[in-house]
Amino acid sequence: MAELTKKGIGGFLARQGILVAFVLFMVGFALANQRFIAIDNIFGVIRSSAILGVMALGVTFVVIGGNLDLSVGSMMSFSTIVVLDLHDTLGPTLAIPAMFGLTLALGAFIGFLVGYLKLNSLIVTLGMLSAIHGLTLTWSGGQNMDIADKEGTWFGIFGRGDVLGVPMPIVIFGTLAIVLSLVLSKTPFGRKIYAVGGNGQAATFSGIPRARVVFFTYLISAFCVATAGLLQASRSLGSQNTVGQGYELEVLAMVILGGASLLGGSGTIIKTVIGVLIFGFIENGLLLIGLEFYVQDVVIWAVIILAVWLDIAAKRGRLWSPIA
Amino acid sequence: MKMATRKDLLKQGAIWGFIVLELAFFSIAGNYLSVTDTAFMDFDNMLLLLKQSAPIGIIALGMTIIMINGNIDLSVGATFALAAIVMLDSMTWPFMQNLGDWAIPLAWGFALLTGVVLGAINGLIVWKTGVDAFIVTLGSMLGFRGLVFMYNGEQPTSHLNWTLVDFAEAQFLGLHTASWFLLGVALILWLVMTKTVHGRNAYAIGNNRDAAVNAGIRVGPHFLLNFMLIGFLAALSAVVFYSESGSVNPNDGMLYELWAITAVVLGGTKLAGGYGSIISTLGGVIAIQLLRKGLGHIGADTETVNLVIGLILIAVLFLDRQLNRKGKEELKI
Repeated sequence: MAELTKKGIGGFLARQGILVAFVLFMVGFALANQRFIAIDNIFGVIRSSAILGVMALGVTFVVIGGNLDLSVGSMMSFSTIVVLDLHDTLGPTLAIPAMFGLTLALGAFIGFLVGYLKLNSLIVTLGMLSAIHGLTLTWSGGQNMDIADKEGTWFGIFGRGDVLGVPMPIVIFGTLAIVLSLVLSKTPFGRKIYAVGGNGQAATFSGIPRARVVFFTYLISAFCVATAGLLQASRSLGSQNTVGQGYELEVLAMVILGGASLLGGSGTIIKTVIGVLIFGFIENGLLLIGLEFYVQDVVIWAVIILAVWLDIAAKRGRLWSPIA
Repeated sequence: MKMATRKDLLKQGAIWGFIVLELAFFSIAGNYLSVTDTAFMDFDNMLLLLKQSAPIGIIALGMTIIMINGNIDLSVGATFALAAIVMLDSMTWPFMQNLGDWAIPLAWGFALLTGVVLGAINGLIVWKTGVDAFIVTLGSMLGFRGLVFMYNGEQPTSHLNWTLVDFAEAQFLGLHTASWFLLGVALILWLVMTKTVHGRNAYAIGNNRDAAVNAGIRVGPHFLLNFMLIGFLAALSAVVFYSESGSVNPNDGMLYELWAITAVVLGGTKLAGGYGSIISTLGGVIAIQLLRKGLGHIGADTETVNLVIGLILIAVLFLDRQLNRKGKEELKI
């Protein structure tokens, strides 16, 4: 019986460890500095995490499906530059759907390569990281992109506006998280993603169209990237063409921190959101106790490895690895 | 048996065939499109090309061994930057300044030691926790970069030592110092991978880890050693490069890991481990640099190089799979 309870607690910690850590961490920082839990501070943190957060939602789908997406950073630069450029030529009403169309086309291309041609996703998206970056540089002619008339456009509402006092990026991030969470947990499509990522062969044998499922995970990822690009462009109304550089690995770190396995078949949207918030609040908390922003990278490093290590340790039942 | 060796030769030759193709293409296209009068296959141009491929090249050579092991290292760019900062900063320490030119080997030593220690941290974590190398080094990529920023804030670290610059710009038998380092490292690693027990074990572990364990190979220490090696090489790459430039920004080396991996994959090394060659990686490194220079030569925007390399990488992956599948079907018959 005692063993059962211990197992129960251990199992709970293994399943919800990241949530427990998050709560402990929030309480700790709140005790250290009252300002940490002020509502405007919390809004500020979530708002600045929203862009990476939206991308992390899409990457979660890809990772659960058993693949990787390293192209999201480049793709986000692409959509930001494209929407800013088209804003001045087509006007914002047309620029936004055009940018979504182009970004989704890139996602469809990756989805085709990984899903239907069954090429290794790490290399394909690594190649696309480089290729899309080249595309962005060519599009922008190596220049920074700025909206000519920053005062006279309504385009800023996505990044700067608010709904009933809640900043718009939070509204978009939250809505997207809820919708995608429902897609993942309540629809047959969501179940198929878990099946394909958990055991692709078994999924194929049970009649799940593996290629199509993988294809759609990349489309969803591209949609999220386009949304992130829209937020970024709308917030700054101008951008360097390297804006998303390096985001791909940071986003992946958030997803892993949330507990998705790189082998596929596990992870949830809610956990990814927690991963995103941990990133945001660690940075903010460290700033509030007077440390530089880059200290967070070192802390995140420790947190990621500890989180994944404990997760694995709980599964194999021993702390140290069996590698001789 | 004979068939297998011929197929291996074909595979390893592919990258060199590609390089010849590139040379031919850019030479011919250069006649019509070039913005300058000099031929593309100009001897000095080729020497410069080798020198310019050294920084990524030295890292990519180390990455080959890591990937033959079935691991990956995403933290090399940050290691590169930290080693560079340690080298340049250490020369301004008071006791080092009293040493005159003897400070140089010492500064190199500090930088290389930094690389080895960072590599050892990765290796120990991979060994002891059993967490996948991809995740461990993804974490340390952030962490090491944080250390880089903590060292000197967002300021660039600069120190110009003219003896060092002369050394880095020197040419011996026509080759620049950096090129010698690249070729030297390639030679040593080639010997290690083909002639030593360590090299044979690397292939064995990458091919089938369980079988390797059963055969009595100690996988953990082997991993540790290879991560220390790539840390050392990332640092070596940094000292060679920054001896000449003398100034490092905290963002330097970003995405180097991805360039290095691209070169290794172009060279035909398998991500899953167990297959790959140092010489082919050298080919991959040269092919990328050739493409970069060649596109510049025929007057294409330098930006297009990213586009072309990305698409070539995907094409290589596709062709490789088609060829391999064909090979398997032939076996069945």
